[in-house]
Amino acid sequence: MTTKTRLLLKLAGATGALLLSLGVAAPQEARAELRIDITRGVSEPLPIAITSFAGSGGRDAQMGADISKVISDDLERSGLFKPLDPRGFLQTPDQLRSGEPRYQDWKALGAQALVAGNTTTGGDGRMKVDFRLWDVAAGQYMQGLSYSASPQEWRRIAHIVADAIYKRLTGEDGYFDTRVVYVAESGPANARKKQLAIMDQDSANHQFLTDGQTLVLTPRFSPTSQEITYMSYFNKKPRVYLFNIDTGRQEVLGDFPGMTFAPRFSPDGNKVIMSMAQNGNTDIYTLDLRTRRQTQLTDAPGIDTGPSYSPDGQRIVFESDRGGTQQLYVMGADGSGVKRLTFGEGRYGTPVWSPRGDLIAFTRQRGSSFAVGVIRPDGSGERILTEAFHVEGPTWAPNGRVLMFFKDLPSGDGRGRNAKLYSIDITGANERRVSTPVDASDPAWSPLIP
Amino acid sequence: MRMKFLALAAVALLAACESTPNDAANGANTGAQQTSVRPGSAEDFVVNVGDRVFFGLDRFDLSPEARATLDRQAKWLQTYGSVTVTVEGHADERGTREYNLALGERRANSVKNYLAAKGITPNRVNVVSYGKERPAVVGSNEAAWSQNRRGVTVVN
Repeated sequence: MTTKTRLLLKLAGATGALLLSLGVAAPQEARAELRIDITRGVSEPLPIAITSFAGSGGRDAQMGADISKVISDDLERSGLFKPLDPRGFLQTPDQLRSGEPRYQDWKALGAQALVAGNTTTGGDGRMKVDFRLWDVAAGQYMQGLSYSASPQEWRRIAHIVADAIYKRLTGEDGYFDTRVVYVAESGPANARKKQLAIMDQDSANHQFLTDGQTLVLTPRFSPTSQEITYMSYFNKKPRVYLFNIDTGRQEVLGDFPGMTFAPRFSPDGNKVIMSMAQNGNTDIYTLDLRTRRQTQLTDAPGIDTGPSYSPDGQRIVFESDRGGTQQLYVMGADGSGVKRLTFGEGRYGTPVWSPRGDLIAFTRQRGSSFAVGVIRPDGSGERILTEAFHVEGPTWAPNGRVLMFFKDLPSGDGRGRNAKLYSIDITGANERRVSTPVDASDPAWSPLIP
Repeated sequence: MRMKFLALAAVALLAACESTPNDAANGANTGAQQTSVRPGSAEDFVVNVGDRVFFGLDRFDLSPEARATLDRQAKWLQTYGSVTVTVEGHADERGTREYNLALGERRANSVKNYLAAKGITPNRVNVVSYGKERPAVVGSNEAAWSQNRRGVTVVN
């Protein structure tokens, strides 16, 4: 099993962290603050003017323009913002840099928020990016921040700026400075080639992590390290593995007599929880990554799988057919106090606890109809977000506001189906295709990059 | 590689001359290749015994047809006592990835347990589940699904 690891970006931590400092002026609170209430579902995205981050010229000018585009695209994809066409802008980046915005001009364009920024390269070769955010209607400065980093990290800087704007205007943490690991699919349906692949959440910096010689499934990010746990059929022995993104090193996890699958990390990153199937019975186990100790958590006859920890690590949601059909259950982290969560019509699987703790996302199947939905951990408030034949396998953005999942679509030749990635707001709005170079399934969203 | 080719050829043969999956394995006995295969070979097993059984939706119990196929498999395995096999458990595409992996494992074990009850030592029978990852027939209809819910005994 050979591995290609071609990290295009040296991530923070490897080359020295991104520097973050407060901008020139302290943010002033406006009385009726510009704020998007994202809990209700936004029918009208907030019009926002994002001017070019062009610097003094030359290379900085191009990079500044590129940074603006990445910020604008991030905010637009969230469904909460409507970036305005820069061709209508009446004030130049230079004018904004040296003085106050002419609020009337921006109001006339319909802008409610205004972003200006600047990109410069210092004598040490490091890039400095700063931005300022204004509330146009109130005529009020809201926020200014400055970042410096190596020029290769320009996309990350743009995502971090977009996260800052998102946070200032929604009150919620952003999710743009993140990556997605998934299973890239190619070849005929009865001998599908599946590879691990990773990309930024906006599909940039795509790379394959495995070569496709071995069938791989269900990758999941570590919450604390540059590691992925996944299932591999290496040597025709399906087992859960650990993959180090930086080194490309892969290792089997634990010494189990049967197939292990459906892995996820514990929130502290110290354990992997998974299923083991043996003699027709599937139970849930944990493996402590430091002590390598294996612990069995369930022993009911039947299929117990799909375990996912609550963000505080105290509880585990999983799916089981112990009651006759596949349903969701919650238990304590030690396997005690099992309680059934879903009682709806149909079968429930692939539960995954939101990083905020307030919801559990799942796949529901009724006959041949599949849906992705959410339910509260006490079993109330079940809502279906999207339905199709077939959708499956939700994963949370780190802020718990957006889900990604995969959807099978009829293939071009009409014989098979091809999987693609989609994202959707937890209100059910803003369902969008997430672009991948080949077919894609089993997405897993990373935490915010440290 | 050779065995894989033979298995695929057998599937094509069955698909061509049979209408229902449960008849398929029996029908293979009448195949024209019968005379040319070496007794005790993987090809002999596929063509003259029948390498696969089929399951109902979300089921892992064995139908009378499946048991008849496995009776022949057990007899063949008793005749060729040094052969070991791997039973592959498969599911159709309806069902989540993880559940189908577990279901495939259940189906493979149904086959293994039946063979064991017929006197085949369990250590000659390895099991592996492919869930919904390796459909025999591509398509989103009952005809394809019924062929994909299967346990396939592969001579090692």
